[in-house]
Amino acid sequence: MDVNTEAKRILAVSISKLYASRSQRGGLRLHRSLLLSLVMRSARDIYHSAYAQAAAEEAAAAMDREEDKEVEEEEDMEDVFESETDSEDKENMNPSRHSRKRRGNTSAAPDFLPSKRARLEPGEERHAVLLGAVVPLGAMGLGSCRVGESLNAFSINRVAMPAC
Amino acid sequence: SAGGGSEDMQWCFSQVKGAIDDDVAEADIISTVEFNHSGELLATGDRGGRVVIFQQEVENKSVPEYRSEYNVYSTFQSHEPEFDYLKSLEIEEKINKIRWLPQKNASQFLLSTNDKTIKLWKISERDKRPEGYNLKEEDGRYINPGNVTSLRVPVFRPMDLMVEASPRRVFSNAHTYHINSISVNSDHETYLSADDLRVNLWNLEINDRSFNIVDIKPANMEDLTEIITAAEFHPHHCHTLVYSSSKGSIRLCDMRASALCDQHTKLFEEPEDPSNRSFFSEIISSISDVKFSHSGRYLMTRDYLTVKIWDLNMETRPIETYQVHEYLRNKMCSLYENDCLFDKFECCWNGNDSVVMTGSYNNFFRMFDRAQRRDATLEASREHNLPLQLLKPRRVCTGGGGGGGCSKRKKDEISVDSLDFNKKILHTAWHPNDNIIAVATINNLYIFQDKVSDPDSADDLSASDMMCTI
Repeated sequence: MDVNTEAKRILAVSISKLYASRSQRGGLRLHRSLLLSLVMRSARDIYHSAYAQAAAEEAAAAMDREEDKEVEEEEDMEDVFESETDSEDKENMNPSRHSRKRRGNTSAAPDFLPSKRARLEPGEERHAVLLGAVVPLGAMGLGSCRVGESLNAFSINRVAMPAC
Repeated sequence: SAGGGSEDMQWCFSQVKGAIDDDVAEADIISTVEFNHSGELLATGDRGGRVVIFQQEVENKSVPEYRSEYNVYSTFQSHEPEFDYLKSLEIEEKINKIRWLPQKNASQFLLSTNDKTIKLWKISERDKRPEGYNLKEEDGRYINPGNVTSLRVPVFRPMDLMVEASPRRVFSNAHTYHINSISVNSDHETYLSADDLRVNLWNLEINDRSFNIVDIKPANMEDLTEIITAAEFHPHHCHTLVYSSSKGSIRLCDMRASALCDQHTKLFEEPEDPSNRSFFSEIISSISDVKFSHSGRYLMTRDYLTVKIWDLNMETRPIETYQVHEYLRNKMCSLYENDCLFDKFECCWNGNDSVVMTGSYNNFFRMFDRAQRRDATLEASREHNLPLQLLKPRRVCTGGGGGGGCSKRKKDEISVDSLDFNKKILHTAWHPNDNIIAVATINNLYIFQDKVSDPDSADDLSASDMMCTI
């Protein structure tokens, strides 16, 4: 199996593990979540560099169709990673890509639109800590309204989550 | 025997505890094993929150062949499942760790912990009871005072031994994240508890207050790159503790330096070998267990593929590295998919720090003799359960080819592809003063002892059959 295919497979496996871990007894395990995100980042980096090569080739047009699907997958993952990598991603992304990501992507959508990602602002995070309602690993916000770890996180945000 | 030195050990089966059933109930899965300081008691914890304590059979202690007979001494429910209403999270009752306190009086004390709460249990024996009350019958019914014509003093009379476990302290609400370690300090007054991001210091007598001594939580959780995986106090220096990380480093802290030990005194870290880099490098370098040697001079760490011995005086690299199951390096993708790559193996020292032991898959466990530079692979299996039956060393063969890789079809060889990854040994313990070991498979506890040498016996394996030179 070539590295690129393996990277894709690992990404897929990792994402399903991430979603499965949310329904685990005992709650999200920080250690496991961190390791999963590190594996995914390695796989994503390999995947991106492979993409950068492929995009330069003649077959770029045929890739575009596939890319749309992958971008959605890849941008789901972006919610999982540290924010410092976001700027990196923009550089890596092919500007000619048409993003099919749903409204709410923090890097593309205007600020006044509700964020898909249940990210707490720094002040709110402190508040959450005091209440003992910290969602482990903020980067694991996973954006989605399906994440229901903390009732308090929802009440703090008071964001109308778009239907998923 | 030919080739045998006095230090070469051969191991015999002694006992196995637990159900024979192959259909394992989740609650029965053993999650921790620990001898007490004398080795007379052996405690296990399971996922159902129960603690079972075995006691070395007193009459047989002095008979070498039967000295490792352990019988159930006490069983109690330590933790129950709980629900954190604030976070909408269930708190598992699984016992993560048990640590014994050194014995101070007739009772025994141990600390047991689940993900969030540590409890101090007192285990005491009762072998007498008062009899001859004036106002109560023996069965407890009250006597009409009008019928009492004489006065007597109740006396203690012997009764059948009863072992009682009672919770003396409950240490709760100090951990936001999941507790992975507890460690009793050599001052016998304090202990530490560690979760993914913090280490807290407690006084055994005080349960409503703890001091945070290590906090690696970043201001922004998105910057999180490393978590605490294990922590332990130095066996003799009450001011020294170590904690291991998911990045494969160990930090030693001195509590005299400052109240908050975020700045380490020493950092033990080995640079990664770039040729071994893979998608899974971070997972396999995460340390799953850290243990001081009894001498306090060395540290042992376990990561997915290796056991490393560190000298406290040298931070740059370990002094010894032992491959536990290097043949798994090529299987990491499948091990990641079936979750085995996340397994957390423990490790332990023998009493004089000359041998270390850790578990593997297929119910194999590994021993590394540091002095002799030899290692052995043994199996905990129901197939070899005759009393005092000698354990034969196992070998995993890795060659390619259609035959599964084993070039010679030896009975004791097995190919990597035939290994049963559901049969894992995560928890092992070594008696502090003797060559008796407790090895936990998923739901059984095996007890082995070293073979008592009999010069007349014809079935002694030579030491070279037993061990392979590293």
